Amino acid sequence: MADVISYREAVAEGIAREMRRDPSVVCLGEDIGAAGGVFKTTAGLHKEFGSERVWDTPISEQAIVGAAMGAAMTGMRPVAEIMFSDFLACCWDYLANEIPKVRYMTGGQVTVPLVVRTANGGGLGFGAQHSQATENWALTVPGLKIAAPATPADVIGMMAAAIRSDDPVVFFEHKGLLATKGAPPPPDHVVELGRAAVVREGADVTLVALASMVPVALTASERLAEDGIGVEVVDLRSLVPLDTATVLASLGRTSRLVTVEENPYQGGWGATLVSVVADEGFGLLDAPVRRVAGECVPLPFADVLEEQVIPTVDKVVAAVRNLAAY
Amino acid sequence: MDTGELLALYEQMVLIRRTEKAAHDLFLQGLVKGTTHLAAGHEAIAVGASAALRDDDYVFATYRGHHHAMARGATPEECLAELMSRATGLCGAKGGSMHLTKAATNMLGSYAIVGAHLPMAVGAAWSAKLRGTGQLAVAFFGDGATNIGAFHEALNLAAVWKLPVLFVCENNLYMEYTPIADVTAVPRPAADRAPAYGIPGEVVDGNDVVSVQETVARLARRARAGDGPALLEAETYRHFGHSRTDPATYRPAEEVERWLKHDPLDIARGRLVEAGVPEERVAEADERARTVVQEAVEAAKNAPPPDPREAFTDVWADGGAAWRT
Repeated sequence: MADVISYREAVAEGIAREMRRDPSVVCLGEDIGAAGGVFKTTAGLHKEFGSERVWDTPISEQAIVGAAMGAAMTGMRPVAEIMFSDFLACCWDYLANEIPKVRYMTGGQVTVPLVVRTANGGGLGFGAQHSQATENWALTVPGLKIAAPATPADVIGMMAAAIRSDDPVVFFEHKGLLATKGAPPPPDHVVELGRAAVVREGADVTLVALASMVPVALTASERLAEDGIGVEVVDLRSLVPLDTATVLASLGRTSRLVTVEENPYQGGWGATLVSVVADEGFGLLDAPVRRVAGECVPLPFADVLEEQVIPTVDKVVAAVRNLAAY
Repeated sequence: MDTGELLALYEQMVLIRRTEKAAHDLFLQGLVKGTTHLAAGHEAIAVGASAALRDDDYVFATYRGHHHAMARGATPEECLAELMSRATGLCGAKGGSMHLTKAATNMLGSYAIVGAHLPMAVGAAWSAKLRGTGQLAVAFFGDGATNIGAFHEALNLAAVWKLPVLFVCENNLYMEYTPIADVTAVPRPAADRAPAYGIPGEVVDGNDVVSVQETVARLARRARAGDGPALLEAETYRHFGHSRTDPATYRPAEEVERWLKHDPLDIARGRLVEAGVPEERVAEADERARTVVQEAVEAAKNAPPPDPREAFTDVWADGGAAWRT
């Protein structure tokens, strides 16, 4: 294997590793077959595994996710692609009413081991209906696990955990990270869901980020280091299960918290995290908490407008400086 | 169909009818909360279709699904205990009337969002095809489901891949409170749509258990042979309103009278008599069903409520509900 792998390649690699080890893993979605996916995140799968296991579907999001559910209930481990995360709304009944509830309302009789993969987030100028960060939609529904990796190695490791999970997982692949590169992980690399990573150590402020906001937080931290502010960056990696223990432990070291979310402030995951900190970690804090989040507007098209409404390095630097001086 | 089999199907229909009547009475006594969507009048579809299926075929049903659950192996006691919020209920009282599920017999659930389960049946059929098991998936649904998007998406997907799935529409003429004919562009809400997907669309008397059994058996053979899905429209009628709060006064008296005279139990009984089955054997079947349901009601009444801690189990496959680490 090459010395580096892109995030985009890591998606296909992560799926391929699981398809090789488990014949019950199958894929379905729009343009995922010979075309290799509109983001080339399934490139090579059709050639290696054939059209029986890599199923090109019509544009039918309800049928894609509903069929994945039926297959999951009957012995398969389907990996369904919903092309852009905005389109999750087209099959929201399955995400909100069917998949996450069937185990509970049948008293544990039925298990739904499936993965719904989707390209999430802004930064590429796709406009209001192809740019949203929607992981907070899924966060409102008990019964869904939520993965949102930030590096190629995590894509592969978390894909393995997601596909092997007996629970339904919504897997957010960030469009803004597809071209980024990193070291390929070793064979059978598995990153358990619910384990955040401290990706930079620092003593002054804890910065908690997810997916595309992780590199934003890291870049901001480098700039803040020049001012003598030590930033600890926590990559949450998954929202359910939520690793509050790692965040609270980090706060024990820094006593200051900033969350960086791409999704709108209103109803974002940072609010849940901050409420846990207020409940259980208030005594650890020496300053108020701050949330840098998307604005509550639809994503605009032009770069100059988009920068106004999603978090940038400058916005994170300003929030941390302000808090460090509190 | 031999008379022994017909008698067994008749008894199963009587058992379902009596269970439905018990559910109705228990609701009036305040022992069943929420709502119920009774299927009295629809018994021949669930029982006839089940008689044509293999035991390991997958079945998906709707919120009006007591009859499907029972036709696929759920006992009256399990069903009534579930409706009465007892620990011994089919789903441990976490499902209720609209979500009767018996996974052990591949009765994979009753879904309360209209039409949502049709794509699931497609997925189960896809899974069966991939695993080469020869299993069939069957989705039972109402006429109202034929106007939602998932119905059309499911039909297309199943047809494209020639999957072994049967779509069985119970057309009881009313989409909840509204005549289906008033809100649908074609006269046969299900069967008329089949040609658009290049699959067979058939109509059957849904109150005649023998016709249903024969038609489903034929379409099932076809699907198992690899010739793909089919759409069956079974004509039937609700004896009660849409749900517990609906007296169904919107239905013309003449229409109600006509359909009550076309009762699936009467039709089956007529066929039995015609085949020379003695009256007393039919009466015995009636009596057995009466006893089973009476005992089921008593057993359910005496069963304990669920342990309150059960509210926090079964969200995840590990049995728990924890959302954080």
